[in-house]
Amino acid sequence: MILVTLIAILFVGGLVAWFSERISPTMPRLVALIAVTLDLLLMFSLLGAGDAGGWVATFEADWIPRFGISFYFAADGLSVLLLMLTAFLGIIAIGAAWGEITERSGFFYFNLLWTLAGVLGVFTALDLFLFFFFWEVMLIPMYLIIAIWGHENKHYAAMKFFIFTQVTGMLMLISILVLAYFHYVQKGSLSFNYHDLLNVSTAGSMGMWVMLGFFLSFATKLPSVPFHSWLPDAHSQAPTAGSVILAGILLKTGAYGLIRFTVPLFPEASMAFAPYAMALAAISILYCAKVAFAQTDIKRLIAYTSVSHMGFVTLGIYAWNEQALQGAIMTMLAHGLSAAALFMLAGGLQHRIHTRDMSEMGGFWPKVPRMTAVAIFFSVAALGMPGLGNFIGEFLALIGAFQANITMTVLAAFGLILASVYSLWVLQKVFQGEYRNADFDDSHLTDLSRREMIYFALMMVGLIWMGMYPQSFLNMSEPALTQLLTSTQGVAVAVLQGAL
Amino acid sequence: MLELIWLLPTFPLLGFLALVLTGGTLPKQIAGPIGAGSIGLSFAVAALIAMEFVGSGEDYFVYEAWTWMSVGNFSPGVTFYLDGLSTVMMLVITGVGFLIHLYATGYMADDPSFARFFSYMNLFVAAMLMLVLGDNLVLLYLGWEGVGLCSYLLIGFWYTNPANGYAARKAFVVTRVGDTSMAIGLFLLFAQLGTLNIQDLMHAAEGEWEIGSGYAVAAALLLLGGAVGKSAQLPLQTWLPDAMAGPTPISALIHAATMVTAGVYLIARTHILFELAPSVQLLVAWIGLATLLISGFTAMTQSDIKRVLAYSTVSQIGYMFLGLGVGAWSASVFHLMTHAFFKALLFLASGTVILSLHHEQNIFKMGALRKALPVSFASFLIGSLALTAFPFTSGYFSKDEILLGALAVEGVGTWLWLGGVIGAFFTGIYTFRLFFIVFFGESNVEHHVDREVGGWHMNGPLIILMILALVGGFIHVPVEAVFSHGEAHDEHHVSGLIHGIMIAVPLIGIGISYLFFMSKTFSVEKLMSSGLAQSLHKFWLGGWGFDTLYNALIVAPFLFLARINRKDLVDSFYALIVTLSQAANGMIVKTQTGSLRWYALTLVGGLVIIVTLGVLL
Repeated sequence: MILVTLIAILFVGGLVAWFSERISPTMPRLVALIAVTLDLLLMFSLLGAGDAGGWVATFEADWIPRFGISFYFAADGLSVLLLMLTAFLGIIAIGAAWGEITERSGFFYFNLLWTLAGVLGVFTALDLFLFFFFWEVMLIPMYLIIAIWGHENKHYAAMKFFIFTQVTGMLMLISILVLAYFHYVQKGSLSFNYHDLLNVSTAGSMGMWVMLGFFLSFATKLPSVPFHSWLPDAHSQAPTAGSVILAGILLKTGAYGLIRFTVPLFPEASMAFAPYAMALAAISILYCAKVAFAQTDIKRLIAYTSVSHMGFVTLGIYAWNEQALQGAIMTMLAHGLSAAALFMLAGGLQHRIHTRDMSEMGGFWPKVPRMTAVAIFFSVAALGMPGLGNFIGEFLALIGAFQANITMTVLAAFGLILASVYSLWVLQKVFQGEYRNADFDDSHLTDLSRREMIYFALMMVGLIWMGMYPQSFLNMSEPALTQLLTSTQGVAVAVLQGAL
Repeated sequence: MLELIWLLPTFPLLGFLALVLTGGTLPKQIAGPIGAGSIGLSFAVAALIAMEFVGSGEDYFVYEAWTWMSVGNFSPGVTFYLDGLSTVMMLVITGVGFLIHLYATGYMADDPSFARFFSYMNLFVAAMLMLVLGDNLVLLYLGWEGVGLCSYLLIGFWYTNPANGYAARKAFVVTRVGDTSMAIGLFLLFAQLGTLNIQDLMHAAEGEWEIGSGYAVAAALLLLGGAVGKSAQLPLQTWLPDAMAGPTPISALIHAATMVTAGVYLIARTHILFELAPSVQLLVAWIGLATLLISGFTAMTQSDIKRVLAYSTVSQIGYMFLGLGVGAWSASVFHLMTHAFFKALLFLASGTVILSLHHEQNIFKMGALRKALPVSFASFLIGSLALTAFPFTSGYFSKDEILLGALAVEGVGTWLWLGGVIGAFFTGIYTFRLFFIVFFGESNVEHHVDREVGGWHMNGPLIILMILALVGGFIHVPVEAVFSHGEAHDEHHVSGLIHGIMIAVPLIGIGISYLFFMSKTFSVEKLMSSGLAQSLHKFWLGGWGFDTLYNALIVAPFLFLARINRKDLVDSFYALIVTLSQAANGMIVKTQTGSLRWYALTLVGGLVIIVTLGVLL
């Protein structure tokens, strides 16, 4: 029941926020903050999921029984980690919007909360039809956030985001339907229940096609090369809160989908496809790191680095062993924080000087020392400095992937070099060098406020925690991963023996 | 007492936090004692621990703070491992580190970012201690990357000058190339041997791999990649001379005494692996030899006082690599220690010179400074003697051991030895070239030298380092247990002639230097008059063209690729879809004319085509 409550709080909170604007324009943000904080607090009751080892907080009710569709929610350690990340970054996103969103704030926070509700649904739905429903729920409010509160080229970016997600979403829907039909053929009834579908045999070429439907949808969300090109536009145009949610949470739904659905539902097809997926991962890491380096728009640059970092997630998932998967999950969590923080910094800069063009910036350090320190911290985290969360994720992903595919792992490791190239370049362009302000009005270039510092401090503590004592997180996801790995073990062995 | 080992990195870390959380705003009266004091405390603890440890006669001591992460069979801990090798390292790091910190409180006194400077310095020491105390390669890697970060921050400390930023990035990226190689080495070791705990790993490697096996060679090569990056050896040596952009105490601490010797430490720490891969071990020796010769030549042509010292550092680490390559493990560690003494001394003394001359670094704008700068003069004299291995100075004993180790190698040993001796000859020339030009001859000083910058916190460390540089060779390095089965060559009988050569050659170098730069018996101008000499000079001055080569082979192509693909080629595919559908839309819209006759015509035409097709097929 608690999972439904979590989602309901956000749905209702969204509506309340929308209408509260009539009372005062600052009311919606307060409502939103309360709703998300309440969610986060409630989630602490789910922390036992790591020890329990199975599904917790299961909720099941009929929806369309004729087609085997039900409201079926449950969470395991993996879901709980991602739920908490969502609520945490939700609060951060509200913080980012706090002073930035002044127009139609009620509708804005409505969309924000509904996006988050959709994400919570995606992370907990165990009925594939229900999953698809939430997949769409998180898309439309996000589209509106970009299209209404975005920057100079917002309509193009919002439309691009919508079409990419929608087209691949359709492919996933078809795959879901075919999968349910498989169940009908093999078991005699329609079912969209995750556990039922796990027992459906999906070997063979048809299974490969159906798997690709899922993969395309998730790889677009992740995103992976060559389906990534919506992301730089969406990020550069979205308001800061939108970027925080997009980079911090929405991308992770793609990775979650791969771990939860694509590989376990289609183990044979996935194993056969793994080398290609890992190749795409390595290409994403290297190619997008290179493109990132060439950008002058700071938000576009960070967007490309996101694609690059998410490559480690794909790499880890398709290596499909314990270290690699834990690495993928730690990367998701750590990148959620570091990317959110970097987008907040970029958004904060844009808010202050009304440009994202790095070629106009330089030498900001003496003017904004706190912001510089924060930027150094998160850039260093992003380039994989040991002691911070991103390192744990990428290192585990690589050490696990090495056991599965040496070539792709070695290629991916070169991403570590490129990450240092672009990260340090940003610091140089924006904060180091001589100060010059010929091209913009710098009267608003002020250092981070106390409120902003609190958000950044929270994310810093999170990254240090993940970096120095990752065990708190690893223990949560371990039982869930063991479950997944055992369920696909037979297939992995068969593939190794060349039986397929 | 031993279990207090966790305090070692903790003190500097707390110092770092105190300085950073106050936003670098602490006045120097507070920031100075915090910054230097934290290292002093660490040194005190390190000294007590070392005494107890050496006194106890144990081979090693392990202290586990907590399990860092545990995933399947991969479970590196935050665990400290103390043995003879790490004892030497921690004493050098905290001891020399403390002296340099103390010196820096004077050197940096007028810098507005005083507290920021010490925050980076403290973080550096904490990371460096993690590097040498970590019992597994992942923790070592944490320290390894941490010192790289601090090196980056400190090289670019004066950030308003873009050249400093460039040097800082270059240092970080070039060493990261090596770090990545090392990381891949870690993946390989774990995949094959199932652990990254260094001692377990060494035992497992000995048990599972034959001498010369492919895995051993690959793993040793990959680790060597990391070592040459950090220790600025061929082919990744190019970053160190540029790293001199940082404040001079940094050059002493990071780029002479501690961080750049991390590669030496890594190889010594994993020496069993290198013994399993004899071809790689020999490669280490050749790399060391090539580096020490090349940088020796380069040092002779430099005019910046710090760059001369930087190249001499690269060259001396080359000797350490030579020692590692020939299996003279403890000699290399010994040289690491004595080098920390005399090179820190030389760098700090050069700092005093630079500061006294109002930030002048060109040696040709110095001269005749021995009277004006007596402390620097004494420091340089002693440091230079130790650097050139003048008999009974500290550098003499350690370099001697390395060269004898090289000679003991069968086959190529004579050549390695000869190369090392030639290097010692050039060391004598370039070291005293600097010494004579700066402190003797005519004064070319542009600004008037009021007084030698000093005070007890600058001169005190110099005096202590002078003593260490002189008598440090008599310190016993307690590493027998670490390399117990490694060092095969016992005291070979070496003829007096060999000893004579090794003593005489550096002295001849000093003598030649005297004739050129002191008595001016020979003229540099005359030597430089030929075209060949000039082009050689230019080639050496530029560091043998490595920068040019890498720029042409790697940097330029990367920048080119980045520039031509700024708009992301992949996106143009999707843009094409948009364009095509818009074009198709445009064409089809044209058919919507509103003319009834046109509609009827197309309707009939379509019908005819379909019927025809139906009949034909």
